Amino acid sequence: MPTVTLTVNGRSVTADVDARTLLVQMLRENLHLTGTHIGCDTSQCGACVVHVDGKAVKSCTTFAVQCQGAEVVTIEGLAQDGKLHPMQEAFREHHGLQCGFCTPGMIMAAVDIVNRKGAVDEATIREELEGNICRCTGYHNIVKAVEAGAQAMTGKVPARQAAE
Amino acid sequence: MYPFKYQKAATVRGAVSLLGKAEDPKLLAGGHTLIPTMKQRLASPKTLIDLSGAGLSGIEQKGRNIVIGAMTTHAEVAASPVVQQAIPALARLAAHIGDPHVRHRGTIGGSVANNDPAADYPAALMALGATVHTSKRKIPAEEFFAGMFATALDEDEVITKIAFPVPGKAAYVKFPNPASRYAIVGVFVAKKGSQVKVAVTGAGSGGVFRHTAMEEALAKRFNPKSLEGVATPAADLNGDIHASADYRAHLVGVIAKRAVAAAMA
Repeated sequence: MPTVTLTVNGRSVTADVDARTLLVQMLRENLHLTGTHIGCDTSQCGACVVHVDGKAVKSCTTFAVQCQGAEVVTIEGLAQDGKLHPMQEAFREHHGLQCGFCTPGMIMAAVDIVNRKGAVDEATIREELEGNICRCTGYHNIVKAVEAGAQAMTGKVPARQAAE
Repeated sequence: MYPFKYQKAATVRGAVSLLGKAEDPKLLAGGHTLIPTMKQRLASPKTLIDLSGAGLSGIEQKGRNIVIGAMTTHAEVAASPVVQQAIPALARLAAHIGDPHVRHRGTIGGSVANNDPAADYPAALMALGATVHTSKRKIPAEEFFAGMFATALDEDEVITKIAFPVPGKAAYVKFPNPASRYAIVGVFVAKKGSQVKVAVTGAGSGGVFRHTAMEEALAKRFNPKSLEGVATPAADLNGDIHASADYRAHLVGVIAKRAVAAAMA
């Protein structure tokens, strides 16, 4: 059985896993980090999105062994010192959730969007959220939350809005 | 998913050697087709050989070619200033594969080796006249793709990089399936000097193909209007729940015109 060592939310973890263990299974079942969800299990819905070496990936379509030595951040790793991450705060403030199942993936995807693109406008957010599905169809408030979270993270308003 | 043995290659030579020795092996690139296929038990290799440590990632301009390492992700191709500058159509194509998360893992080598009939990259390779470099030879795109999910690759052969000659004008337009984002029809048009190539993905029952009737029409005059009246026979096209063969034939004409217009813009 391969031994996998990786850093999860700043903590070094080692586990003996079957090679076919998906990253999401290792997170949920070995490390009991159940914030990362398994929605469709077919790399469509994005409920399982986590960051691997700073990039948003679908942890249901990644083997744990592929992440040997990697830096993984899950929804549990966003809050610092008991204070919510600005994107989490924005989702709460704008009620960017209904049932909440897609929320961890939405927030991890949103943080990744801002890391790559900075303060983003509504059209960009809608396009970039292509890989995250909300079965409650609560996109309107999700988009508003991402917009506010992006502004809080960067301290900027998106270029197109600033010009208006 | 059935169990398998995981091995990681540190070099291309190491990967080739493992391919020769391992029981029922498959190469693992980004895994974004292979892992879903294994989950569905449509594939059940006994050994997976991970190429992520074999140094196959990177993009460089070499003379009049853009050379992309096999393990380069779609996100890297999309964001590359080198690709954006030399072949913007290729950067745009990469930017519309799957979704952002998929693009962070999926690779050009994996896509090309899989030769999914609805994948985007095969159209780019065919229209741009790319060359597939492997662990043992160089294969022109024309000879590489050998029908649906089939390629000229041998069992013990590893794609190392893909070289794209820089075109004069090029564009790729796709009509994506709204759920999967795979191409129902995608057309890549490239013009280099007086030569025009038109490659169609998503539609052909044998995978990607060159549309020679369109190429002849466009070589005379590179304009969307040149494609009026150029027929696309439906006989060799795919029909499924998403689109009939007749509808795909119609779409090929519409999308090709849009691609030529985009290439002229």
